[in-house]
Parts: sequence; structure tokens; C-alpha cells
Amino acid sequence: MLQGCVVLDCTGRLGWLAGRLLADLGAEVIKLEVPGADVSSSDWCALNVNKRLVRIDPSEPGGQRTLDQFAARADILIATPHPGSDEVRLFDYARLSAINERLIVVAITPFGLTGPKADWQASDIEIMAAGGAMSLAGEPDGAPLRVSTPQSYAWAGGQAAVGALTALAARRRTGRGQMVDVSAQAAVITALSHAATFVDILGITPTRAGAYMTGRSVTGANYRVFWPCRDGFINFILYGGPAGRRTSEQLVVWMRERGFDLDGLGDVDWARFDPTRASQAEVDAIEGPIGRFIGSLTKREFLEGAHQREMLGYPVSNTADIATDPQLEARAFWQDIPGPDGRSERHCGSFVVVDGERPSLVHPSDEPERAPRRAGEA
Amino acid sequence: MSAGAQALDGVKIVEFGGYAAGPHVGKMLANFGATVVHVESMSRPDGFRMQYPPYKDDKPGINSGGCFTYFNDSKYGVTVDLKNAEGRKLARRLADWCDIVIENMRPGVIDRLGLGFQELRTSNPGVIMLSTCNMGQTGPRADTPGFGSQLSALAGFCGLTGEKEGPPMLLYGPYIDYVASTLGAVAVLAALERRQRTGNGAYLDVSQYECGLLFLAGPLLEYHRNGRVAERAANDDPDAAPHGAYACLGEGWIALSCWSNEEFVRLCGAIGRLDLAKDSTLTTLAGRKSAAALIHDALSPWARDRDAHEAAQLLQSAGVHAHAVNSIADLFTDPQLVSRRHWRRRRHPVIGDQAYCFPAFELSETPGDITASGPVLGADNERVFRDFLGLSEDEFNALRAKGAMD
Repeated sequence: MLQGCVVLDCTGRLGWLAGRLLADLGAEVIKLEVPGADVSSSDWCALNVNKRLVRIDPSEPGGQRTLDQFAARADILIATPHPGSDEVRLFDYARLSAINERLIVVAITPFGLTGPKADWQASDIEIMAAGGAMSLAGEPDGAPLRVSTPQSYAWAGGQAAVGALTALAARRRTGRGQMVDVSAQAAVITALSHAATFVDILGITPTRAGAYMTGRSVTGANYRVFWPCRDGFINFILYGGPAGRRTSEQLVVWMRERGFDLDGLGDVDWARFDPTRASQAEVDAIEGPIGRFIGSLTKREFLEGAHQREMLGYPVSNTADIATDPQLEARAFWQDIPGPDGRSERHCGSFVVVDGERPSLVHPSDEPERAPRRAGEA
Repeated sequence: MSAGAQALDGVKIVEFGGYAAGPHVGKMLANFGATVVHVESMSRPDGFRMQYPPYKDDKPGINSGGCFTYFNDSKYGVTVDLKNAEGRKLARRLADWCDIVIENMRPGVIDRLGLGFQELRTSNPGVIMLSTCNMGQTGPRADTPGFGSQLSALAGFCGLTGEKEGPPMLLYGPYIDYVASTLGAVAVLAALERRQRTGNGAYLDVSQYECGLLFLAGPLLEYHRNGRVAERAANDDPDAAPHGAYACLGEGWIALSCWSNEEFVRLCGAIGRLDLAKDSTLTTLAGRKSAAALIHDALSPWARDRDAHEAAQLLQSAGVHAHAVNSIADLFTDPQLVSRRHWRRRRHPVIGDQAYCFPAFELSETPGDITASGPVLGADNERVFRDFLGLSEDEFNALRAKGAMD
């Protein structure tokens, strides 16, 4: 869909996903790296696949000339100018727009280009802290946690791609590029759902929920969310409403089929069971036999069985479970493409199926830009 | 609904569906000038209106819910009864009027309503439709019902959050829905660009599950490469030490990290422990990792007596990565977010002033804005059906009498 759109990707780790998303939709994305920079890690390859690699050092005069030549023919330039470094000058919008007034310049920084923290240093953990996400993850009486795989970079990259294409739509009318200023801290707030509205409307500050669902019952009862199973954990919650009722009823049917001891579960009238009013003793009585049943299943058995019975709930997958999920296989989500050593590597494919087909990844992660001199010709 | 030139002026969007995954796409585009019509019905209002708190004064009501409004600011709200034949005709007129349809019903439902992509393009050949759901429109589990909070477990996020030896952790709300809405907006805007170039519409099939996996693309490639399974590691990072969160005064916590030996020396100076900087066993990443307890014992008492925000300021001044763990309340007073005007208050007829969340990017020449609070149910029926669709007063009244807007 973005065929003909040229993107110059000058980003560090904070911005890699933005160019990848645009490349997956057909943009020609040129990834700049300084000579010697490692491009072999799984993180680098996974987020820079489908781009073409050019090695230049913009801090050298010749490198800056090449950068500017690329900028002259690009539609979108994405950078992650490190606060206080020469990159701020290099990727300054006024400087770049003098070279190409149609150029859209996307700057992704931890806190945005202006403001009291514009010069603050932050990696994923500080950005997740600044964006409020850590205050919502972890045990209620334990330390706030980040997700162990950096997420703030992806949130920032995603918002940057939205911003870049919003500016591209504006350029259709105005003929001019503009500056897109992305704050990773603000991007993380996207992940918090409507948590902020509780503070704003009721003066209540949401906090970490740990591994249990709290605050659902007027009696103060806690509901288990993560249940140990044979090879990991299942995410299963006693819900109310039609879908919750069906889920509970079907679980009992499933337990009966397997000859499991229902231990009183068969007597529960799910039409009358109201999770918002149940006492902890009632919840514990229900959760006991459910726990024993789930403990007898594997993650894959639960996934398939719950799907057959239209039940709510999913296994807590790890990367191995995801890699072998038949749903992803059926939708041709994975794409094999040669890696640095020539052997085939399996990547996440494009994130959207367009007109019934998933756009193909075209470039391996380390394929050089075949004709950097084209920039000079442009 | 916008004043001044905005990037997406003239782009018309109609949303069928509710909750987060569809409406959050339209919200972001509305903030940059798109005209967005959110379709509900009196009998089936958006699920976020009645099923999710908070409510004004803690009193549930169809128009008092802040969760609904939060994801539907800057839009027009209409009611159309899709179970009513006249209602479906009215919905069709909306779909013929717009450039982009966004829907997040279960697969097949929009087709059964006569509003599927193949049907719509017969009368609106350039239409772009985004269908977003749990698993995507195809595949053996396409029909799976589900909530984003549980899908975040299937997609790996919960398993990657928590202490090494402890259980997985919940992420707040339907985390993955917002990954999919962000990426969905990217897809919609790319389709719009193609349409400007070629005149062609597009059908965009977004699986929320697959979108989430793009946020874990590195660990997934790592597994495919060498079979290594990513595991939760509390706040550890393989490339930094120390790297974690430390309790401060009151309820506060500070997150900090050191990415080089030089940075560790600066940290030691800032906390008055230059003796540690001179310890030869701590001059390498590996050395600091194996002495994690020693470093923790040095940092903990220093942090415990300090306000988290002041401590972060002090460490930043010393050239060390640091930030207070902002509580959700802190987000409203964080000076950086205040300076970016991240929260913008708009008046809602029932809720009163409410803070709306601006997207994480701003454009220098065509800035966005929150142009209105989220609509009360059916607030804009007359405006949308009369002014946008061009219904006469008689037509409008006749459709209303037939229950099309119930």
C-alpha cells in the first residue's frame, strides 16, 4: 500500500519498529547503521527485516553528505536523536526541510523534543516507569515490574508510524512535509487502557493487581487468574454475564466428560452465580475442583478444548507455544527469509492481511542497499 | 468538528462495534481531523458504556461512564438499530458516505448485517474497511470469542511479566487491544495513501493476536533461530546492571539503570558510595550482575529516604538513567506530560470536565486536538443524518418513526 514511499530509517533501538511497520506495508525503507554496528542480534534482525541496510557514519563529513543525499529523495525520515548529542543538529527539522521541503521528519525520543525532561536519559525501564505502566504490574505488595521484553520501544515505534502516515496524508494536500514529535513516555500511556479515568473521575488511583483479580466482588473476594497446569499456567477467570455463564457450564461438562470429581461444582446454578456478590468461601469452594482439573491439562489441551466449547480463557503462552500455534500457521503469519548466514530464518510476517493476502517481507534483515549511489543521482 | 487545517480534514470514518479495539483507532484519527461517526443503538449501546467503570459519582448510567468517553472523544455519536430493516438501510447510507469503515465484531457478523466489504464496495468502490478481532477473520480459531486481557496471556505478555520463580502477572486492562488499535491505525492510513494514489479501496484483516506478536518479534526470532525460550526476569536486563526499581519515601519507587562502567561510577558518586566504584569486581557488567545483592544493598537505603521524583532528578543531573515510577495519579502532574498538553479537559454534559488523552505524537504544521468530549448516546443523530447524509426533515422523521434510530 505504501509502494513508492521512501523511508530513511536512522533510528536506534527506540525506533526500529516504526520503519518495520512501514516496510511491511510496501514502503522502501533504507536502514542506516554506522560501520561496525552489530546487526546480527535477534532483536535487530526481527525489527529491521524488510529494510535495506546502508552503512554510513553521519558524524563524518562524507557520511553527512550521504545522509543529506538520501534525505533529498526520501518521503519520511525517522530518527531517534539522543538528547544532548550531535544527532539533534543532524536531524533538526529546519536543516532537513531546507534540503527537502516535502520531507516528513519523525523524531522519536523518550520524552519528546521539548519540555523539562527533553534531555533526560531513559531506557525501557525508565520509560515504562515514566509512562505509569510499571505502577500497574507486579504483586500489590511487591516491586513494580516491567515486561521482561522491552515494550516502550514498540509503543513508541507504533505511534511514530501512525504519526508519519498522518503527516503523509497532510502532505497530499499541502505539498509540504512537517515535523512529527513522538514521546515514548506518552506512547506507553496508550497501554494503560482507561486507568487514568479512575483518577480523573473518582479520585481513585489504580495499582498493581498481581496474579489475582481483585475489586470485582462487594465482599472483597479475590479471584484466581493464573492456574498452574501440567506445563505452565492457564489464564482463566470466573466471569458473570452470558459468556461467563457459558464458560463455567462448559467447564463442568468438560470435567464430567473426563470423569473428574466435581466436588460440589455440579450443584452450582451458574445462572444465579454472581461474581460481584460471591464471598471468598464460595469462590474458594468453586475454585478448588477447577484448579485440580486445570492442573491435569496441558496448555495446548486447554486451548483446543476451550475453543471447541466456546469458553473464555487462554493459556499463558511462551515463545515456543506461539511458534507452533496452528492458528498462526493457517493464516501464514510466519515468513521464512534468508538470515545473515544464508540459512532460512522465520520472522513475524506483516501485521495485517490486505485484500486477502499478507504482504510479503521482501528484504532479508542484512541485505545491503544495492545502489546507494542512486541518492547522488536523485 | 475541527478548527483550522488538520492532517486528516475531509477523511470520513464510520465505526461499527465497540469497546476498545475499533473505537481507539477512530479516536486517534479524529484527533488529527478525521470526521468520525460512532454507531451504537439504544438497545445495544457500546459495551464500554455500561460494563466498565468509572462512572460519574460512582453511579452507573448510560451517559455517565468515563471509560466510553475516553475512547470516543472528538467523534459524532449516532444510534442505528441494525436489527431493523430501515436501520440497516440507514447504516448502508452511512457506509456509502464514508471513506473508511472500522468494525470489531466477531468474524462474519458484519457480513450477515449486509454491511460486509464485498457488499459495500458495490456502491462505494473506494471504501476501506478495517476488520479487527481476536484471531483474525480466518483460521481454525477465527470464531474464538475473547477479551483482550486474556489474549495478552496467549500472546506471551503475561508469561514475560513477573518474578523468575513466581507466577505470571496481569497487565492492566486489555493490553493487546491497544497494540492492535495502534497498528490498525497504521494500516488504515497506508490504505488511505494507496487510495489517494490509485483510487482503490482495501479490506484490512487485523488479528489482535498477530499485532501483539510484533511487540515480541525479537524473542520470537530468537526461539526460531536457536530454540531459546524467553522467560520472565522481574526487572533484570541482560545488558545493564544495576537495572531495577527501588522503594523510595512513602509509596514511591524509582527505576534506574546503568549501561556502562562509566555510568555505574557516576551512580556511585551520586549516592555517595564511591567505594563501590573503586571495587575492581564491579567494573564489568558480569561482575556487577554477580554482585547484584551488594549493589541492591547499597541502593536500597539511599532510595528509601528520598522522594522518588527528587531522586530521579538528582541521578539525571549526574548522568544516570533514572525516573520515578509514576503512579497513575502522577501522570496528571508530571511536568513533561503537562508541557506536552498530554491531557486535555473537555466538558461532557453528564460527566462534566474530563481529561482526555492526546496521542503520543504531535505534528508541527497541522497539530491535532481533542475537539469534543465523548458523545452521549445518539447525540448527533440529527447532525449526521441530516447534514452529513442529506436526509430531509421528512425522511429523518419517517426513519425515526420506523425505529431505525432506536
